[in-house]
Amino acid sequence: MTLLNLENPCYSCRFFADSPFYVRIVRYIPIGVLFDLLCADPERPWNLTVHFRGYPADILSPCEGEDSVKWNYNNSLKEAAFIITGNSKNVMNMSQADQLAMWESVRKGDLNSYMNISTKLKLGPFEEDFLVRTSSLGSRQGSDEPESPGSVKPCRVPVRLYVRRVQEDLEYLEDAIPVSDWESVSYINRPFEIRKEEGRRITTLEHALETLLPEFFGSKPTARAAGPEPAAATPDSAPDDSDTTPGTPRDREPASASPQEMDVAKRA
Amino acid sequence: MGSSSACDGTLSLDEFNASAKALVTKWRGIDVDALPDWEWRPCRKMGVPSETEGFVALEGVYRIRAGSQQIEESSDDPVPDDDVVGHDTSVQSSRDNVHLYDFHIVYSFSYKVPVLYFQGLQAGGQLLTLDEIKKDLPPHSLQLLNESKWTFITREEHPHLSRPWFTLHPCGTSDWMKLLLHKLGDKDRSLQYLPAWLSVAGQAVGLKIPLKLYCSS
Repeated sequence: MTLLNLENPCYSCRFFADSPFYVRIVRYIPIGVLFDLLCADPERPWNLTVHFRGYPADILSPCEGEDSVKWNYNNSLKEAAFIITGNSKNVMNMSQADQLAMWESVRKGDLNSYMNISTKLKLGPFEEDFLVRTSSLGSRQGSDEPESPGSVKPCRVPVRLYVRRVQEDLEYLEDAIPVSDWESVSYINRPFEIRKEEGRRITTLEHALETLLPEFFGSKPTARAAGPEPAAATPDSAPDDSDTTPGTPRDREPASASPQEMDVAKRA
Repeated sequence: MGSSSACDGTLSLDEFNASAKALVTKWRGIDVDALPDWEWRPCRKMGVPSETEGFVALEGVYRIRAGSQQIEESSDDPVPDDDVVGHDTSVQSSRDNVHLYDFHIVYSFSYKVPVLYFQGLQAGGQLLTLDEIKKDLPPHSLQLLNESKWTFITREEHPHLSRPWFTLHPCGTSDWMKLLLHKLGDKDRSLQYLPAWLSVAGQAVGLKIPLKLYCSS
């Protein structure tokens, strides 16, 4: 028998939305993302029905406690660091105190504390030419190999998308049938590589989505000659709703500012 | 781009696909007794199977829970295998002691390496917890897991199945793959990537990979 602690994100429960179907709340996904995904017509407060019996052990193995959520978070952070810098050293070398403090700040939703620690990780911003310069590998003492120059790679931005498929064309998102099954949500975990292209001064979220989800953008040309476009979280022609973990107007200049913000939103 | 990416221990999606398909073919050809076949599973995008993306699955691997009765092999089996039992072998222990494992090899775009996803089931269909899975692992694997930071088990959302599975964290994979592959030429490196990778990743989860996989055909 598990007691649900709503402050603790690790316990799963089933809930009633507007539909008569049960939808499993999946752990490890920030509650804000779940709310955006599963409530087409935002209801406040979000009514949840909590079940203490009949745990679906054939579908979901029981949560092992807060530690497993913390490790999942740390691994996401390592992955984000790896994508951005090419290795996870900055995260793996965090002091114990910093690791604990960071987790506490995430748990409590304390952005200031979080920023204090995350800035030390130096996860952005990228330079103007969109290239990441990794420092050369430390040379061993007395080695007669010349120190290899640092490598230069195009920068990548970590992106996680939860895409909910809606079966028909809708005029208003609120008219969508609420999600009845987690199977109808696709999870895409794929970094977006920023490349300097002619005619494109900045990279927008829309461009990133077009690249990562080409099947949803159909006939739109991927290369645009025009200047900056407004960042759009929802494509206007596709019948689907995609929910990215950031999805804010700050993404207008993702190359310079948002890797950190995307990380914050992705990890928060 | 990506032609000699295996020099740094990584591989591109195309190389992964090619290596996966080669693995499936070769595995089928060597007729492994104790394990089922790897299968290629295309991903579904918008309900349609993708031609360019997929993963490799090995499902229905039986494991007798540690501490249960000794298995009794049929007299035809040449080598008794305590840990992994094929479905043909007759077994004395009760159904409750049998766990069933599924293994998937999925490409990671973040790390540009393969990642092993796995889950275990009890006979009644309930999913196993990490502690229960650890009990199924041979001692050297458990030690490897506890000591090595390269083969650490975590929970991640399966990229194609909308559920959390267990996974071997891939952050060190490219480093040790670089070592494993450095003697191979470019052409061999791509196709041999998965078998080489499996020799390490498989060990960590107690999956016995037959040596015949590494012999040239």
